[in-house]
Amino acid sequence: MKTYEKVIEKVILLCAVAATLSVALITVFIFQSGLPVMADYGVFDFIAGTTWKPTNGQYGIFPLIAGTLSVTLGALAIGIPTGIACAVFLAEILPPKPARLFKSAIELLAGIPSVVYGFFGLVVLVPAIRNYILPVFQIFDPDITTTGFSILAGAVILAIMILPTIVSMSENAIAAVPAEYKEASLALGANKRETITKVLIPAAKSGIISSVILGMGRAIGETMAVLLITGNMAVIPGSVLDSVATLTGTIAMEMSYASPTHQQALFAVGIVLFVIIMLLNLTAQLTVKRLGGEGK
Amino acid sequence: MSGVNTDRLKRKKSAANGVFYGVIGLLAALTLACLIIIIGFILVKGLGNINWEFLSQEPRRMGREGGIFSVIVGTIWVTLVSIVIATPIGIASAIYFTEYSKEGRLVKVIRFFTEVLAGIPSIIFGLFGFAFFVVFLGMGWSVISGGLTLSMMILPTLTRATEESLKTVPMSYREGSLSLGATKWQTIVKVVLPCCRPGILTGLILGIGRAIGETAAIMLTVGGSLRLPSSLFDSTRTMAVHLYMLASEGLSEEKTYATAALLIIIVLIINTAANLIGKKLGTL
Repeated sequence: MKTYEKVIEKVILLCAVAATLSVALITVFIFQSGLPVMADYGVFDFIAGTTWKPTNGQYGIFPLIAGTLSVTLGALAIGIPTGIACAVFLAEILPPKPARLFKSAIELLAGIPSVVYGFFGLVVLVPAIRNYILPVFQIFDPDITTTGFSILAGAVILAIMILPTIVSMSENAIAAVPAEYKEASLALGANKRETITKVLIPAAKSGIISSVILGMGRAIGETMAVLLITGNMAVIPGSVLDSVATLTGTIAMEMSYASPTHQQALFAVGIVLFVIIMLLNLTAQLTVKRLGGEGK
Repeated sequence: MSGVNTDRLKRKKSAANGVFYGVIGLLAALTLACLIIIIGFILVKGLGNINWEFLSQEPRRMGREGGIFSVIVGTIWVTLVSIVIATPIGIASAIYFTEYSKEGRLVKVIRFFTEVLAGIPSIIFGLFGFAFFVVFLGMGWSVISGGLTLSMMILPTLTRATEESLKTVPMSYREGSLSLGATKWQTIVKVVLPCCRPGILTGLILGIGRAIGETAAIMLTVGGSLRLPSSLFDSTRTMAVHLYMLASEGLSEEKTYATAALLIIIVLIINTAANLIGKKLGTL
């Protein structure tokens, strides 16, 4: 009976290690498949090269980095204020019952598959930008044109997609601020608005920051939505109405027809993406750890 | 302070309050509007095109005509494979974390990498699945390659959900069982796990939701064949991939909306189910 229990314990430990093993395998295979071409081409030329023309053997991914960065920053610019506002609304303004309803609505937003977001962007947002937003831009710059497939389209859709991450984590952080802080602030004569902006949000800072970092990670890693609406042109963009190609979108689109070397180059793009995401996730975890004590 | 001054201060404060609450309310309303518009738009455009024919016929002419029967079957196969593989491992991991581990370095490392796995983007899983399952292990574009890749993706979800519900089982249950002479494993199987059925089920449902909605990883590991899969080693197509193919190639507006609407309906059902179980869990 005892050996039986021991065996079971070992099996369970093995299962618990599965996730760690997966991460190791993923790292090994991505790097092994992508590093050779990166080394051949030169790491600097690969990352800083401004021409991505795989059919010509030119693998400069700077345009892809610029594409990912511009779409992500756009999404954050829209998503951060909206997300924090929703979190405050949930934690401090709405009564518990409607708050629960609002929360499940946000969860629903997180459950919609990314390809559906992409499709919605394709049939609604892209034409809307072409027909309604472009004329507004043309008032200031008559030469500007757009197909609608643009940074703006990607940023708006990504902003909606990262909202659930930002809202739920920020809301938790705000709700975790001890009631004494709030009571003390109110007792000193501050009104509710002042308490929210000057006491609660600063006290919940670490949670809010890590929610933003995780949201950023989601935006950078998102594939299908941006693939359908950013236009996939590997050029350095000049305005928010320009088409861009992202790291993720390029991998997804070109993998199906890539030649062997091209495929390796796409794996190298994967390495860059992998490293960026790892750094972001690490930062998020460290932020929680370092600033975590403050709220307590 | 004179009366005039406090009056002005009060007015200034109430104006600032108005702006503050106005902006917050507006942004929250905007978020809600996004949800309603996206779901409403796709359902309104797509529901009319979903009928028995669409569900029961195989796609013809690359999906321009016919239905999506083989795609539905493909989705079920891939999802099933991933769930069958990930569920036992996920539950066992959670049991390890809550029942066996002492908070040491090893546990910290394992926990950390489980978090890391949850943060890896799906396209990276796709690349990995392609390099490892499809090419290295020679499984080709197939249900099994996709199912294995997906099982890695949903593993953290399952582990977390199970762990959360294991934590809610009172210590006294375990003590009672152990003091009656049951072994640790008997206690886990007969006492602890039955209490967590709703929590595990919620994790399972969320995992299914993720598997059904996943696109990028599936595209690179399952391929896009429209034929009905007859074995685990056949290539197939899931609904999400089908939606992408239809949308990106503009094959048929009607079929695209119908596929998107079907996906939304599944998501709605999954969310409702998870919520209902969650509520039951709360009242227990």
